[in-house]
Amino acid sequence: MSILIKNGRVIDPASGIDDIIDVLISGNRIEKIDKHLSGAGKEVRVIDASGHVVAPGLIDVHTHLREPGYEWKETIKTGTMAAAKGGFTSIVCMANTNPVNDNKSVTDYIVEKAKSEGACRVFPCGAITRGLKGEELAEIGEMVEAGIRAVSDDGKSVKDSGILRKAMEYAKLFDIPVISHCEDEGLSKGFVHEGRASLLTGLDAVPAIAEEIIAQRDITLAGYVGSPVHLTHISAGGSVRTIGEAKKRYDKITCDTCPHYFSLTDEATLGFDTSTKVNPPLRGQDDLEAIKEGLRNDTIDIIATDHAPHENTSKDVEFDIASFGISGLETGLALSLNLVHEGVLTLGDLLRKLTVNPAKLLRLPYGGIGPGRIADITIFNPDIEWTVDKNQFITKGKNTPFHGWKLKGKSLITIVDGKIVYRDKTFRP
Amino acid sequence: MKWARKDLLGIQELSKEEILFILDTAESFKEISKREIKKVPTLRGKTVITLFYEPSTRTRTSFEIAAKRLSADTINISASTSSYVKGETLKDTAKNLEAMKPDVTIIRHNMPGAPHMLAKIVDSSVVNGGDGAHEHPTQALLDLYTMREKKGFIDGLKVVIVGDIIHSRVARSNIFALRNFDTEIVCCGPPTMLPPHLEALGVKQSYNMEEALRNADVIMMLRIQKERGGVAYIPSIKEYSSLFGLRKEHISKAKKDVIIMHPGPMNRGVEIMDDVADGPSSVILDQVENGVAVRMAVLYLLLGGET
Repeated sequence: MSILIKNGRVIDPASGIDDIIDVLISGNRIEKIDKHLSGAGKEVRVIDASGHVVAPGLIDVHTHLREPGYEWKETIKTGTMAAAKGGFTSIVCMANTNPVNDNKSVTDYIVEKAKSEGACRVFPCGAITRGLKGEELAEIGEMVEAGIRAVSDDGKSVKDSGILRKAMEYAKLFDIPVISHCEDEGLSKGFVHEGRASLLTGLDAVPAIAEEIIAQRDITLAGYVGSPVHLTHISAGGSVRTIGEAKKRYDKITCDTCPHYFSLTDEATLGFDTSTKVNPPLRGQDDLEAIKEGLRNDTIDIIATDHAPHENTSKDVEFDIASFGISGLETGLALSLNLVHEGVLTLGDLLRKLTVNPAKLLRLPYGGIGPGRIADITIFNPDIEWTVDKNQFITKGKNTPFHGWKLKGKSLITIVDGKIVYRDKTFRP
Repeated sequence: MKWARKDLLGIQELSKEEILFILDTAESFKEISKREIKKVPTLRGKTVITLFYEPSTRTRTSFEIAAKRLSADTINISASTSSYVKGETLKDTAKNLEAMKPDVTIIRHNMPGAPHMLAKIVDSSVVNGGDGAHEHPTQALLDLYTMREKKGFIDGLKVVIVGDIIHSRVARSNIFALRNFDTEIVCCGPPTMLPPHLEALGVKQSYNMEEALRNADVIMMLRIQKERGGVAYIPSIKEYSSLFGLRKEHISKAKKDVIIMHPGPMNRGVEIMDDVADGPSSVILDQVENGVAVRMAVLYLLLGGET
């Protein structure tokens, strides 16, 4: 079975293609890209992509799939279906499951489950330390063999700099990045950003420097041992400046931010809406501007969703005891496209942060459109308007602060390994 | 004016007119507490619940007396006796209480925003009786009432709030209330207890008692909020007291007719010395007395009364 995508605007940041051309997929690979392909002589399914964008499948380097252990929040099946709906063809899932993904058997479980039930590719991220406790190194080598593409104690920082140093050194053995969650524990006894809004709500607050301090520490450590470091879900202007400066001197630093950090500020927490409770917290307007500037000037390489699904009951409580996290897979692309509509990024630049840059970070062979490449493709329209309705989410996590928002940009078709795994109801090929 | 709100959740959202309307209404209620028969039938047949997740003497008693003097029926629920200890969520507690058709629920909670959550769930009225470090609106209203009663006006006053500002809902609500008027607000305390960005609220800061108290019309002393970890913000109670405890000699820096306020409970010998707490400038018990009148006014207005 072949698929012919006709008349779409193919944007491939990896090769620099941005043109109205056709893409012919045979089996799980792209056979040809050219003008006026016919696919004659083959059994071909034709998709008319006129007026739409044909891009490499999006790659999300930061999600939580909650399986094993928290299947009521999300499963590999529902999470990957939500990812496919959001235009993602590959996602990384963090290690804070139960049991923690700190050994080969848990990695095996996730990989097998994803193969049999997953709608898209899943690359587990292993824990840096056993049980995410920050004390002893997890069996990183065995997990690499089982399929992890990075290590992270996401959810907290590795407090002991000596342990983190060893992890960074050890990870060099396998050429995988250490993904850093930057949060100074002593400064982080709170639930919202420390700023004007926290003064008004009286909620316990975390200053932006809690992130900046650890970002600097982790950069310093990585530079010292000569390992790559990826700083995830960067939220603070100070961190962006710190990373920007450090990148001039050391070229193995990358970082990502999440759509909520360039879409919302701490003002959103004023009504005690627990869907706005996320870690790191929504920051101030200055931070939001700095994040956008960091995306524009390429200090920030990647946009990740930090998809953190939760059941309603863990959010339907007092703000202090509500779970942290935003369900992000199904709004990520549209919120990111706002950057294009606002003129912060070109469409090509945005796609680079959602495809080729994440692929490079994880050493994945995906994230590009070209003859012979694996057919992971996303077709979306950057201008279709829709209203976010959390009740229409595929993910189990209905925890979004964007419910009711009018967004511009919608994924229409998602193709993984040459197969259509998602098609928008409104799209008639 | 006509009162239009279902709930009283905070001072932040009130206009100056609304604040003055409550104070004016309270004035007409103060007299009732001085009668021999301290009861009027105004709220007969109404049910008032106090739902307290944090300990309280003054606030709960004050609300209960206010409700009873207006002939409402009152029911008290505290966290230690409620299903809260059995793991019931606030949402479920709220729905269950609502099913019994109260007219007003007064909630005190150690977490900011709990009253706001309750107000979204129930159709009846909700009064914030103090939520974490967020707001304590009726306290600020009774404080303003007392200032106006003692000084005759609020505009032009210099109000100095001393102590654990960062953890204080009383300080926040007072700041939100006072900034509607032409007042000079100074927060004084150790830097660890002054929240960042205070200046954004038009509040001055000082680390020095003598300097802060100069020409003050009102001194409001706060206790250290041990239950919110306040003790970790200072090296010791003794050192705190020596730097920020209110003594007689401090009062000479303020205006002659300065009034000393404290929302209670007081820690005598820590933030306030006996001779000041019991001295001629102290209006601490007047605050308590006025609290009943202000809360009567709040209940009356929320339950549809007009003046």
